[in-house]
Amino acid sequence: MRHTLLQLQGLSKSYPGVKANDDISFAIGEGQMHALLGENGAGKSTLVKMIYGLVRPDAGEMRLRGAPFAPSQPSEARQNGVAMVFQHFSLFDALDVAENVALGMENPPPLRDLAARIRDVSEEYGLPLDPSRLVGELSAGERQRVEIVRCLLQDPKLLIMDEPTSVLTPQEVEILFRTLRKLSSEGTAILYISHKLEEIRALCDEATILRGGKKVATCDPREKSARELAELMVGQLLTPPERPERPFGEVVLEVEKLSLKSNNPFGTSLKDISLQLRAGEVLGIAGVAGNGQDELLLMLSGELLAPAGQVRLKGAPIGDLEPNTRRALGLVAAPEERLGHAAAPDMNLTENALLSGSGRKRLEKGGFIDWGGAERFAREIITRFDVRTPGPHVLARALSGGNLQKFVIGREIELDPDVIVVNQPTWGVDAAAAATIRQALLDLAGKGAAVLVISQDLDELLEVADSFAALNEGRLTPVRPAKGLTVEEIGLMMGGAGDMHVAHEAAE
Amino acid sequence: MILGSINPAVLMAALMVAATPILLAAIGELVVEKAGVLNLGVEGMMIMGACIGFIVAVNTGSPIIGFAGAALGGMALALLFALLTQALMTNQVASGLALTLFGLGLTALLGQQYVGITPPRTPRLDLGPLAEIPFLGRAFFRHDIVVYLSIVLVGAVWWFLKYSRAGMILRAVGENHDAAHALGYNVKRVRVLAILFGGACAGLGGAYLSLIRVPQWTEGMTVGAGWIALALVVFASWRPWRALAGAYLFGGVVVLQLNLQAAGVRIPVEYLSMSPYLITILVLVIISSGKGRGSLNAPGSLNRPFHASN
Repeated sequence: MRHTLLQLQGLSKSYPGVKANDDISFAIGEGQMHALLGENGAGKSTLVKMIYGLVRPDAGEMRLRGAPFAPSQPSEARQNGVAMVFQHFSLFDALDVAENVALGMENPPPLRDLAARIRDVSEEYGLPLDPSRLVGELSAGERQRVEIVRCLLQDPKLLIMDEPTSVLTPQEVEILFRTLRKLSSEGTAILYISHKLEEIRALCDEATILRGGKKVATCDPREKSARELAELMVGQLLTPPERPERPFGEVVLEVEKLSLKSNNPFGTSLKDISLQLRAGEVLGIAGVAGNGQDELLLMLSGELLAPAGQVRLKGAPIGDLEPNTRRALGLVAAPEERLGHAAAPDMNLTENALLSGSGRKRLEKGGFIDWGGAERFAREIITRFDVRTPGPHVLARALSGGNLQKFVIGREIELDPDVIVVNQPTWGVDAAAAATIRQALLDLAGKGAAVLVISQDLDELLEVADSFAALNEGRLTPVRPAKGLTVEEIGLMMGGAGDMHVAHEAAE
Repeated sequence: MILGSINPAVLMAALMVAATPILLAAIGELVVEKAGVLNLGVEGMMIMGACIGFIVAVNTGSPIIGFAGAALGGMALALLFALLTQALMTNQVASGLALTLFGLGLTALLGQQYVGITPPRTPRLDLGPLAEIPFLGRAFFRHDIVVYLSIVLVGAVWWFLKYSRAGMILRAVGENHDAAHALGYNVKRVRVLAILFGGACAGLGGAYLSLIRVPQWTEGMTVGAGWIALALVVFASWRPWRALAGAYLFGGVVVLQLNLQAAGVRIPVEYLSMSPYLITILVLVIISSGKGRGSLNAPGSLNRPFHASN
């Protein structure tokens, strides 16, 4: 039995109206790879924020190597050897790599020495980085390396990683795992937060599962099947979506050799994109974040205009048409960012339903709004997609991520489109809601609509897609049938491991 | 030729004097904006500095103490802004505008008895033989200490932002306050300190107007200098040395306009007074078109309120 590094005892934390953590106790051994599993909203983030000193527990205590440990701020946690890689990166776009690393360290050396150490450590662990580059110019994978190197430079005893693989290609994931195993063999404990069960089974030797703020179990993930773990996490049985065999129809959406400059200084421009989408077909587009997904969606939805003839809907040029005109013609889209892009946060659900539905649902008459009709439309969406909310008068901001996502995707599906484009349809959504959304997209395709799903979640794409392509630095690979594709092949389509290489093995 | 009556050395000297108030206010506002706060109350803090500085200098007989008082006066108003925007989470734009109007009104009241008085003279800094160099001496080395102080301040701010750790933290807070908070930096403290610094600088700039440039106290005497300073920060795309260049450019336009009038050139004054703002609009257009690196230099969290989410 190894020594206990960190012991959590009865930790609780409440926010107004919700008990985020309720009496959670478990222990992490030195050099152990400990997984923290749970759905969104299960309390994982709150728990690690307490360990990292960002949140103070209401009750309970922590002991680090037997001594009481109650960090009041992150610098105190860092001084005690606790480091954290954040899910939404804690990086500064306009600062360079060395500055970003220095900001996360307690006593950073002068920047010139730091640059040299960044090079050394990043080489040793197979995470090459150029200290003088601006972080805003880096890919998502490279940005994560900055975070990891920042932690490694402080010789952490406990490394907390919050959903680290959601932005990596499978090859990058494999290399990350080798880095983590090397760290673990050197005595660093790792608290690994994820909801990807296969990963946890491959990597971790103990797992703690949270549900609704409470600990459900601590177990050895290698002795459980992924299905058993998922059921512990969700607390109910899961049914995979059904996908009836069906013939495809005519080509409805066509993009031809389109290159388009991004509207964001840190964005990725689209390069020579060609694709064809047939009625009834679900096309999945994979890719690591920041490879042109946002631009592809904006181009198809009409927020970024293109030369008219290079984007065609049912043969008619639509490249220079605006979103509302495209919606009227039967092309709808749901972007990744729910709050502020897909939905207006401070407007209620009726108003949000109206914003996209006014044309196709005829909710405007002679310049006046048909509020009764808009509310009926919102209620339809709420009932059909099981959006958990008191009613359509609730502000979009007040809905949980999963419920709002069901609402915005449901809203577009209810418009009965010929083509629907969605980006990250189940990002940050719990498993039950994700299953609902995927099923709804498949049902829509079953009724003869063409569906284009952009996602970073490969399991999701393999579950819903008939055909498959990947975005890599703004280029789209040729479309291939999804059946029979291996994860290995998909990884290569996504750009493989890039310039990463395997961590040097320990010196014995 | 009529332009021949303008002496370039005198023009240069006058230009430096004309530029100093807006340069001081601009360098302060630059630091505030780099921390992610947009304080539109520069005009109000300047007039506050002009008024308090004048009152203190007249009563103590010392312009130096007057400048110190002006810095405190500007800071007092800035503290009000910090309280409103950082503690009470009010809208920065509205609070800044209110600060300007409040400052103008308050100083009109405070300064009532000081109209028409002459303040104690601020001595010229004695640079010995340097001042005797032909042309250069007249243009650059016969100024008061505040002119040189403003240039030193630009250098210090440049060094602070580029090389010091505190400066890096300040930039980080302005670039992405959520990330800075997650790393454990106190976003509000950094911002309050930056706002106070901005207030002190604006106060000094205002006092330079009432104690040296004019020198007299009249109600509303800053006449838009604070707005020029705000424009200057954008014009300089948040770079200290460019703010210096911009201030001298704007100062040059002001002085040239006066000289051209004196020399009898028949261009309506209004065209020349408009030119600094036109240039600023042009720079804003270039920045928002997203071309070049100027657009990357804008602080990412500028004018976004910060709420710790936990």
